Amino acid sequence: MNDFQRSPDLPPPASTVGVVSWLRTNLFSSPANTILTLVGFYLVYSLLVPALDWAIFSASWVGENKDACDHKGACWVFIGQRLDFFIYGFYPKAEYWRINVIFVLLALLIIPQMMENAPHKVLLAWFFLIGFPIIAGTLLLGGVFGLPAVTTDKWGGLSLTLVIAFVGIVAALPIGILLALGRRSDMPVIRLLCVAFIELWRGVPLISVLFMASVMLPLFMPEGTNFDKLLRALIGITMFQSAYMAEVIRGGLQAIPRGQYEAAAALGLGYWKSMGLIILPQALKIVIPGIVNTFIALFKDTTLVLIIGLFDVLATVQAAIVDPDWPEVSTEGFIFTAFVFWVFCFTMSRYSIALERKLETGHKR
Amino acid sequence: MFQKTLGVIAAAGAVAIMSVAANAGTLDDVKKKGMLSCGVSTGLPGFSLPDKTNKWSGLDVDVCRAVAAAVLGSAQKVKFTPLTAKERFTALQSGEIDILSRNTTWTHTRDTSLGLNFAGVTYYDGQGFMVSKKLGVKSVKELSGAAVCIQAGTTTELNLADYFRLHGLKYKSVVFDTSDQSIKGFESGRCDVLTSDQSQLYALRTKLAKPGNAIVLPEIISKEPLGPVVRQGDDQWFNIVKWTINALINAEEFGITSKNAASMKSSKNPGIQRLLGTKDDMGKKLGLSNDWAANAIMQVGNYSEIFERNVGKGTPLNIARGVNALWSQGGILYAPPIR
Repeated sequence: MNDFQRSPDLPPPASTVGVVSWLRTNLFSSPANTILTLVGFYLVYSLLVPALDWAIFSASWVGENKDACDHKGACWVFIGQRLDFFIYGFYPKAEYWRINVIFVLLALLIIPQMMENAPHKVLLAWFFLIGFPIIAGTLLLGGVFGLPAVTTDKWGGLSLTLVIAFVGIVAALPIGILLALGRRSDMPVIRLLCVAFIELWRGVPLISVLFMASVMLPLFMPEGTNFDKLLRALIGITMFQSAYMAEVIRGGLQAIPRGQYEAAAALGLGYWKSMGLIILPQALKIVIPGIVNTFIALFKDTTLVLIIGLFDVLATVQAAIVDPDWPEVSTEGFIFTAFVFWVFCFTMSRYSIALERKLETGHKR
Repeated sequence: MFQKTLGVIAAAGAVAIMSVAANAGTLDDVKKKGMLSCGVSTGLPGFSLPDKTNKWSGLDVDVCRAVAAAVLGSAQKVKFTPLTAKERFTALQSGEIDILSRNTTWTHTRDTSLGLNFAGVTYYDGQGFMVSKKLGVKSVKELSGAAVCIQAGTTTELNLADYFRLHGLKYKSVVFDTSDQSIKGFESGRCDVLTSDQSQLYALRTKLAKPGNAIVLPEIISKEPLGPVVRQGDDQWFNIVKWTINALINAEEFGITSKNAASMKSSKNPGIQRLLGTKDDMGKKLGLSNDWAANAIMQVGNYSEIFERNVGKGTPLNIARGVNALWSQGGILYAPPIR
């Protein structure tokens, strides 16, 4: 018996595999789709090519002053030359290292929080929330341990933006949790106070909060008790954000089934224990997207301090683009600012998605 | 109820303003702090803008530095507070700053109703017009029917309407929110004319791709005397700021500069001797040391040096002295004598 020799399989028709097939099924499946594809390609081409050319290929990257820019493309020399102003504001040059140390410390503390199996995570998190602000504040202000004092009017740029955002985020979350619990409390006085606080601060635009803090407050205080403008703005922003945070967290609390509250009570847990061990861990997990959403909004809202004359990153860029030494750089300045904000907000958003995945315990619908 | 509450708040505010206004002793405060708090703009080329070393510079900034040098002996002892147009007066009323040097126009209403005093004029500005050279226009009167770029909500807008109505000229206004946008509008041809304070027109012109293609017309349609402001009710402080400015102008008249001030101290001219503190007690009368003016001149320079350094011919703004020249040189700067 002859051995049956199976001839090798023929490859599938060229039109059903590989790039060609993908193109045919997805982009050119019908005359209408073909037209749409071509139009789409044309639009992308006609927009992307000049944009890339402007931003990268024809751009001026190196140089010392405006003469390095031929304005055929973007003038990134401007960003490079004024970068220290955008990051450190008016901070004295000799003390830049203090802000750099804080940046490095911040990165070192955030990276373990993003890793799956980093050691001492809880300990580091507490240090991040309590130890880090004290160290960073001391470094920024100086005046102790032989560090020259740097008053807050010298702060500015990205470092000021991060100070405002960090303080707002770290302070608003715990206050928001307390307010949310207070609003659902059985004690009428506490409930009333929390409702009043939340509705008052949430009902006022952030601009007017800042304006009150900056302009009106000093008028009501006795002469000589003028306290720091940045501190006033920070308190205003924290109050405002904690009211928002409280409502986000209340949403989470209301999503917890009544059975969970009753189960906690049946175990003999008191109020704080049942909240801390049963309710809040579940509630906060549900509202992670809402919390991060508020944080991102807060981060972008920090630019509003511009109207009370604090020099955040946007204000430094705006001051730099009117400088007559640098003609025609406003587009570059605003694109740079947008990029900075996008990087921070996108990072926060990715972190929140990662956190949601990690804490996923069957709530997915 | 609500109105009542508002009334109470307003009354409290008024009391607060008055109590501040009645307060004296800014000089002692400044000496105790060892620092002069100065309100400046959030960025105005030539007047107050962070320079490339991230330090405040400009004409308004130098006025503060001169006062600091006169009072504290060092032009570096100034804390600059950037202020928006809206908060500038409250910041001064509330005591957050000791002197407001923020391209502020001296007007009747501001001087009489805000509890503030204008200590003098450091720059005579006025509203002007910038046109493209190829238009071939030599005067505002030829601009009937033109599209005019202006910034929203400024007195510029009102001045423009008044002026054009008065002269029977037609115009179409193209309103922008910021000066940066209005110059972009001018450059892209959305308007034929750009109007603003003249000093700003020169600054905006530097933002054009080809600054030489635009000219600033000679006509000025409004008076905008800019100068530093202090709180009302503290005459000593008011005098210090007023006479520091006068000293800078007098120094230019005497030819005293930051470079030759030290050697001029041995001058035989009694006017120079009084100014530099080698004769009579001019500083003591202000509550300062007698070398107050010498300090200001040596560390900041006389008025001419300040002007040329920040807005003059050598700078991108390239503004001629014009009305801001000394009275003896065709301008209107005329400082009372120090004697």
